[in-house]
Amino acid sequence: MCGIVGLFLKNQSLQGDLGRLTGLMMRELRDRGPDSAGFAVYGGEHNGTTKICVVSRDVPVDWAAVAKRLGEAVGAEVAVQQVEDHAILRTSGAGDTARKWLIDNVPAAYVLSQGQSIEIFKGVGDPATIVDRLDLEHRAGTHAIGHTRMATESAVTIAGSHPFSTGNDTCLVHNGSLSNHNRLREQLVRQGERFQTDNDSEVAAAYLGSRMRAGDTLQAALEHGLKDLDGFYTFVVGTRDGFAVIRDPIACKPAVIAETDDWVAMATEYRAIAPLPGAEHANMWEPAPATVYAWSRAA
Amino acid sequence: MPHPSASPRMTARNSLLDLAHMSVREVNQLLHDTDSGDFLIHNSRGAHSVACGLDGDMTVTIDGHVGYYCAGMNKRASVVINGNAGTGLAENMMSGRVQVKGDASQSAGATGCGGLLVIDGNASARCGIALRGLDIVVKGSVGHMSAFMAQAGTMVVLGEAGDALGDSLYEARLFVRGSVKSLGADCVEKEMRDEHKAALRKLLDDAGAKADVSEFRRYGSARKLYHFHVENAGQY
Repeated sequence: MCGIVGLFLKNQSLQGDLGRLTGLMMRELRDRGPDSAGFAVYGGEHNGTTKICVVSRDVPVDWAAVAKRLGEAVGAEVAVQQVEDHAILRTSGAGDTARKWLIDNVPAAYVLSQGQSIEIFKGVGDPATIVDRLDLEHRAGTHAIGHTRMATESAVTIAGSHPFSTGNDTCLVHNGSLSNHNRLREQLVRQGERFQTDNDSEVAAAYLGSRMRAGDTLQAALEHGLKDLDGFYTFVVGTRDGFAVIRDPIACKPAVIAETDDWVAMATEYRAIAPLPGAEHANMWEPAPATVYAWSRAA
Repeated sequence: MPHPSASPRMTARNSLLDLAHMSVREVNQLLHDTDSGDFLIHNSRGAHSVACGLDGDMTVTIDGHVGYYCAGMNKRASVVINGNAGTGLAENMMSGRVQVKGDASQSAGATGCGGLLVIDGNASARCGIALRGLDIVVKGSVGHMSAFMAQAGTMVVLGEAGDALGDSLYEARLFVRGSVKSLGADCVEKEMRDEHKAALRKLLDDAGAKADVSEFRRYGSARKLYHFHVENAGQY
């Protein structure tokens, strides 16, 4: 099970509706993933500013105090915007340094994402409640991906909710399960990757991030994954410019893609695409096995 | 407890059923309580299990895309989908006719026992898996592992077939006009004799498919995996 959605806006005039439309899509798939949910929204870039999304694990965190210490560590101002149990930290300092400092020095928080464009929010429980509580409806942007989770490989926790960050401005959502994630995690740890959970999807995210940092394009990283990731999956990978979809060679995990002049949408099932404007006349197809489909503003 | 309207069964003419105002359960119950008639279903919007378990001489037209298991277990009824269908279209169909005007997702016609399933577009993976007597005509192409372990019935593909067509096939007959990416274990090409051409001609006509029977190739079981052979013991 699990439900995943992706929405990429071709028509810029729809950017104010991105969150509302993504929320409609996620609500349709709440029964595929009633355990937890999360979403990544891309937009709101300001030159030179890195956004780092964090969430408290169990007890409330004094984000202003965290920002002050983080500012000293990265040698730049850090602004705080609190959203429920989440916070968006904005700084002109280096994102990688800030992320590592937060993981090492703020054990009461999980780091969800970093980048100029990406913002990730997630929670445990009914996806519709999470979407409302974290105000997805009023979030504008260029593209978004979302996930509703039915846990199989690890515990139902906020850290086990998707999307998983794969590096600067990239993230992954996964429908399926991987069978070689423990061995792969050990290899990645030896290469210096940092893990925050026992989740199989986080391993896939770290694997793709590691390959891309070593020089792979997203396309090449996903194609290498066909050899190295053993299991069932439909992945959607969000990037600063767009998103990519890939299914494993057996393609048990469902996926449908629809495209109009205004948007490209991906979802586990068509019913999540049905609420989008003009969906009934969209060009629609099922992604073929072991094939990368990608959309980008740059292309 | 029997449904209050279970008897006697009704006949209806040109009834509109709107899924924006009725649940799938209500629509299906109404169709189960009906013996014959014509129905039009609106606002399917990818809903699952639309028009499942029908057993009557009725025509049901669905104006839109449907989700999983549409027209499953169909008996006698004719169901037409003006859109695409999700996983498991007409699974375990017994008789009657189901036609999708668009594409069908994976496992279309799975375990079907009888009747005719017509897919005007493409079908994805595992079309006709475990087929047991249903005839399927796909005017587009089919995905990988189609007709896996198919026992009886026919699958006609006007386009191409993906990897491992007819893997572990029993007695189902497969006709493909386009290329076959690969044949599955124990599936082989067979001679196309006059009786096969006649059967194919009838199915194409029934499905409203225009195609020359001489352009098709026939595939069937080599019957080598049918029974346990001691010399194959090492392969189990």
